[in-house]
Parts: sequence; structure tokens; C-alpha cells
Amino acid sequence: MTDLTATELLQKQAAGDLTAASITSAFLNRIRQYDPALRAFLHVEEAAALQHAEAIDAKRKAGQPLGKLAGLPIAVKDVLCTKGRRTTAGSKILQNFVPPYDAHVITRLKDADAILIGKTNMDEFAMGSSTENSAYQVTHNPWALDRTPGGSSGGSAAAVAASQTSLAIGTDTGGSIRQPAAFCGIVGMKPSYGRVSRFGLIAYGSSLDQIGPLAHDLRDAALLLEVIAGHDPRDSTCVNMPVPEYTKMLDQPIKPLTIGVPVEFLPSPSGSGAGGEGAGLDPEIETAIRAALNVYESLGATIKPISLPHSPYAIAVYYLVATAEASSNLARYDGVHFGQRAEKFAGLIDMVKKSRGAGFGTEVKRRIMLGTYALSSGYIDAYYLKALKVRRLIRQDFDRAFAECDVVIGPTAPTPAFKIGEKTADPLAMYLSDIYTISANLAGIPGISIPCGFTKAGLPIGLQILGAPFTEEKLLRVARMHERETDWHKRRPPLE
Amino acid sequence: MSLSADEVRLVADLARLELSDADVADMATQLSAIVDYINQLQRVNTDGVEPLAHALDLRDVFRDDVLGQSLSADAALANAPARKGDFYRVPPVFGE
Repeated sequence: MTDLTATELLQKQAAGDLTAASITSAFLNRIRQYDPALRAFLHVEEAAALQHAEAIDAKRKAGQPLGKLAGLPIAVKDVLCTKGRRTTAGSKILQNFVPPYDAHVITRLKDADAILIGKTNMDEFAMGSSTENSAYQVTHNPWALDRTPGGSSGGSAAAVAASQTSLAIGTDTGGSIRQPAAFCGIVGMKPSYGRVSRFGLIAYGSSLDQIGPLAHDLRDAALLLEVIAGHDPRDSTCVNMPVPEYTKMLDQPIKPLTIGVPVEFLPSPSGSGAGGEGAGLDPEIETAIRAALNVYESLGATIKPISLPHSPYAIAVYYLVATAEASSNLARYDGVHFGQRAEKFAGLIDMVKKSRGAGFGTEVKRRIMLGTYALSSGYIDAYYLKALKVRRLIRQDFDRAFAECDVVIGPTAPTPAFKIGEKTADPLAMYLSDIYTISANLAGIPGISIPCGFTKAGLPIGLQILGAPFTEEKLLRVARMHERETDWHKRRPPLE
Repeated sequence: MSLSADEVRLVADLARLELSDADVADMATQLSAIVDYINQLQRVNTDGVEPLAHALDLRDVFRDDVLGQSLSADAALANAPARKGDFYRVPPVFGE
């Protein structure tokens, strides 16, 4: 039962074959069985989830109206505030933090009658690409336990891949939904900047952060996006635009369809125009991406080689913009209002320094330091403002691409899931694993990763599709065209 | 370009982060490597390019000045490491 998609589980409840309580018990069993090895969850809501499921079943029995996700367990990255429930952001500094309110997305999920089954592991404050930066535990990839699930939403991605839940929520500041989705063989979507309210999301890089769905397939991802997207006056960056019913048009192909393939993401077959990035691409991934493009060609799409000339600078821009914003956002952890306070200190400033020094992990400190440096007097023009100018050039590259293409397609990540510990000693090497995903956050555009194959060693490969701002519906439909022709999304990891 | 231990200590002070001596040494090496990588941005011609702080064309959002729901003092203070009555409690700000 746990291998079913969310949509199938909804159908079976409607038909009277399954109850919310039986579904929730099955997923809780699965968590009990496999999480000691996977470590995807930081907190599991056994009693509350079962109680909620029984309430949903009672509502159904009484013939009351039910929400779009009625009776479906969902796992949420531990960076979204849950009222009265511990929320840690994977950090020691928040180990006892119990939010006094729900994030907007949590309210939306509750209104849709979804059941919160647990909070998932993540890189501390969403800073990382492997979930190894969690202060609590290392999450393992369900396809190969010695490998990372990617990050920073690695717990959410691993939980879906391992069928510990059929739906999960992640956040994406530089690729943190799409890259783990690729590493774990599932669907993960970062919506446009402004599509989903961040109210109650513990902030990292506020001009980049977005919340999005992780699921087995596109119908489930579309359904979850439908529930969480839309205006919320409590996030002033959340736009007031109607939310399409993404599930409704999902099976309608986009015709005609022009797909832009950037030479910076995928070297041209003749070898010309291979940028520094394309050159670092794993050959097995390159083969899988070309196979996916062949699927689209067989469906009548036009494949157009394009260039995003400033994309090679995206990582450098990101590590100035994101860290500058982080250094400001994380200033609130001062040992005064919430979070840990050091036990011994000499005066106020020393209390702040010691609380932060003890509460933050190495990567968080590194990013706060880099951001503080980039914003400090004498460097702000050369680093921060320069980065914002190149950011505009990156956005303009995309604007030009979308003037002549419906979508841009390439790999989600340059390599399949890497080994636990492989990149922890070299922060820059870790940063480079986000090379294809990061520019979407800088430009504010939506992006999705879908399964498109496996390496010979059995590791999943992700195809990334990017679109113009607020074209989520088109992205999902284009992705669905590939999904209908393939069955990669139906594979489940062989856990024992 | 490389950052000295003293520069690292200065930035740590600005960021209000206590670092051990070992942290300072590691940070100097790693930040130097990252700053070297980031310096490739100097190659990009950005003459006449406006900085892009945000992907959206944002306007200020106004609302009517009416009372809405808000947290009670107890809820707001529930996570405070130290409180006194309805206040956050901190060590003395001016001198010892």
C-alpha cells in the first residue's frame, strides 16, 4: 500500500477500500521499519497523526466535505514552523524551539485535511547539498545507503523515495528541492519566487527561498502545489495571482513545443561550445539527458541549442547573495528572544557571541562569515553589489531564452548521489554540485526535477526543466509528456 | 587572495561569532579559497547594469490600520531563554 501514489491513495479512500487510519498506520510502520537505517525524520508524530487520521475518517463517514489531501500523510522539512511542535531547522541553536504559530503552508495543508506525519532532516538552516550538515543525524539515500540523499531537503526526498510518506514539503534556495529529488529518483519542484507564501518559514536567503512539493510523480506534485500556492498577505513577496488547477490540464501536452538546451548545461554533441560546466558532467547523466530529449523529439518537440552565457557565474553570485542575506537573517539568533543561550558569559556581547559560537555548526558559521565579509565596509561594492549586477545578467539570459523557447532543459545535477563524507572536507566542491540548479533561484523562475534514468550502479538521474516566471502549469505539462512515455517514476528502491 | 587570521577574527567579531583558534585557521584557508573562486566575477563587464536584489518588481504593500490577531505576551515569550514579567531578560547593556 505504501508504494501507491497520493492520488491512488485518495481514490482508494473514496472507493471505501482504505481508511486514513489504515494508510497512516502503514506509513508509520514503514518509518518504524526503515528509519533506523535511513534517518530521514527528526520527529515522527505517531499519536497525533493517528488521531488526526481517525478524525478525517469520521468526517468522511459523516458525509462532511473533505479537503484535497484528505487522509494523506505528509512529511514536512523541519524548517517550517508547526504550532506547539518542535521546529529545529536542523540546528542545535533551535533544539528546544516550539513555534507559537503555524507556517502558512502548514495551515494550507491542515485546511486540505492532510495529516502531518513528521518533520524531516535537513542541512542546518538549509545550508548544504547533502543533509550532512544537520546537527542531529546523517540521512542515507534509499537507493544506496552509503550515499547522501542530496540536500538540503534530503530528509523529505529520502522519505518519499523510501515510501515512508507519499508526499513531502521541501524548500529550495539554490537547488535544495530539485537536487535531492534527482538523487532520490523522485519529482521535486521549486515554484516561482512569490508563488508560495514563506510566512513561518525559517529564513535563509530571503530573495531566493521557495517552498515546494516532493512526490513520486507529477500528478501528486501538481496536487500538492495546488494546495500550497497562492496569496497570503503575511508574506509581502507572495504575489496575488490566481492559482491554476495544475492537476486539471496536466495530461494536455504543450504543442508546439520548443525546448532550449543551453550549451553551458549540455555540451553540443559535436563537442563544440562545451563550457566549463558541461565539461564536468558525468557521462552517464549526459546519455540519460540526451535520451530524454529524444523522447521529446519523438513527440514533435523542436530542440534548440541556446546559450545562457552568464550561467557559469551563478555559483559565485549565489555564494555572495545567499550568504549576505543569511548573515542578516541569522542575526536574530542572539540568545535573547528564542533559541539557545550560552551558560557562561561576561556581558551582553559575549553572551551573543558565545551563544552563536556554540549553537551554529561549521557550515552555518562559514556562510555567516562570508556574508558578513561581503557586506563589510570596503568590500560591499566589489562583492555584494557586483554579484547583484551579474544576477541581473543571469536573469536577462533567461528572459532571452524564454522569448524563443517554452522551456529550458538540462541535467539537475552534474553527478549522481555522491558518497557520505565524500565532499565534507571541501566546501567549494560541495557548492559546485548545485551548478545547474542555482541560477533558477537567482532569476526567480520555476524549475522541476523528474526521474529520467539510472546509472549502471543503480543510482537515479534527474532531468531539470526550467520555465519563465509563473509558468508552473506549462512546466508540469511538459514534464508530464516525458513521464507518460517512460516508467522511471514507478521504480522504488529495493530496501530490506 | 588570502584572508589572514586577523581579518577572520575581525569578521567574526562583526558577525558576533565566537571562534576557536582552530576554527580561525580553518576559516582563513576555506574562505580564502571561496573568495578566490568568487573573484571570477570581476571578469564580467557590468558597466551600466543595475543591481537585481529581487526577482519580482515589488511594491510596498499597505493595509488598513486595524487591529488583528496577534500573539499574547506569554506565547511570544514562551521560547525566551530568560524572562522577567513581560520582558526578555538580558545581561546589563552598559558596563558591568
